[in-house]
This record gives sequence, C-alpha cells and structure tokens, in this order.
Amino acid sequence: MELLERFTAGDLDAFETLFRQHQAQVYRWVLRILRDPAAAEDLTVEAFWRAYRAHARFHAEGNWSAWVRRIATNASLDYLKRRRPETELPEDVKAVPSPDGAVQEETRCKIRQALSELPPRLRIVAVLALVEEEPYGRIAEALGISEGAVKLRLFRGVRLLRKKLHRMGVRP
Amino acid sequence: MNEEDLKQMGKRLRNALGPLKNAELERDLWPEMVRKLDQTTVHVPWFDWVLLAGLGVALWFFPALLPALLYHI
Repeated sequence: MELLERFTAGDLDAFETLFRQHQAQVYRWVLRILRDPAAAEDLTVEAFWRAYRAHARFHAEGNWSAWVRRIATNASLDYLKRRRPETELPEDVKAVPSPDGAVQEETRCKIRQALSELPPRLRIVAVLALVEEEPYGRIAEALGISEGAVKLRLFRGVRLLRKKLHRMGVRP
Repeated sequence: MNEEDLKQMGKRLRNALGPLKNAELERDLWPEMVRKLDQTTVHVPWFDWVLLAGLGVALWFFPALLPALLYHI
C-alpha cells in the first residue's frame, strides 16, 4: 500500500515517515508567518497533530504537502487570534540591525507595531505577500480562499497599515 | 493603491522586520509529536455521559430490562 493510503488508514508508521519528510518545510512556512522560532516549533507539532487526527479526511491522491501547509496556516491564524492583542515580534528579531541606515530604528519599531496590530487574517496575508513575496495563488491555497480574496485582504491590510502608521506619525 | 505602492510597503516591512533568523529547523520534532499523541485522551462528549447515566438509572429501577438490552446490543 502506498504511503499516503496507509496514512489515510491511520497507520502511525506512515505518519512518522510523512512527519520526518515534511517537518522542516512546515516549520519554515510557520516561521515565515510568525517570525518566532519557538512558536514555529510548537505550531509545527500542532499542525501535524491536527493532520493526524484528520487522517481519514485526506484523499490519498491529493497533495499532502499543500494539505498540511493549509493546516499549519490555520494553526498559525488560531495562534495569532489567541495571542492578540499583545502579540509582538520576538526580541531577537527586533535586535537585527537593518542594512538600510536611512530608516531610523524608531520608525522600524513603529512599523513592526503597526503590523502586529493588524487583524490576524490581514496580517498573515500582508506578511506572506509583501514580506515573503509569496505568489497570491500559493497564499490562497494555504488559506483555503480565492486569489481575489487574497488581493482584497492585502488591499485592506495595507490600507489599515497606512492609517496606523499615519496615526503614529510615520509617513506611510 | 497600485503595484508600486505594494512594493514600497513590502520594502519598508522587510526593512523593519530584518532578515529571518533560525530559518532552518535545528532539531527533530518527532519526540515532541509522540509526546503530544500520547497526551491525547479520548474525548467523550457530555451527551454520551448523560445517556450512560440514564441507562444506569433505568437498569437500577428496572433490572428486567437488562436481557432485552443485551439482546439488542
């Protein structure tokens, strides 16, 4: 029996094989959304746990990688919703000096704050589309929405971000 | 808002966030996964407990129902 078929049947060995094959990829994906290594590790495990619980709903001929990425994206979204409004970027990220000396640290701090204050579903799209430069199609697939909805969320996210920056005295 | 505005905003965000650190997974997470799977208890919905309690009460007062129940099981 094929690996995915065995997984769908609830075979733990098949799950372990899939876990070992995909854990690094899922971790990277979550890390790019949250930029927090500790949370990314926790959510990688959470995403695979959700995948294992839902094994019967996966179709063996489907794309396992895309499926588990969507689960990981939803787990990240849940995490951001739970953590709001105190969610801030981790200290080690804040400490990274920018290669562009023209932008002051205070301004960068305000931009990070404005981004962290965005509603989670807008924030995820903004980070993936603008920071990580992921194609709209891939973001849509990961969120289980249409490309049009991704563009709409991006538009709303950027508009909100500009408003917040304007209020903070940063030229948007 | 056009593509150029989005590019500009992306540039500012990347600049503010800085490069991604710890981009690669440095340890195997399978032991964590096993721990989480082991901790997962079977969740019985409250409604099932109510049914079970009702059945217990019924059998307490009407023990003659037991053979009929066993027959139907």
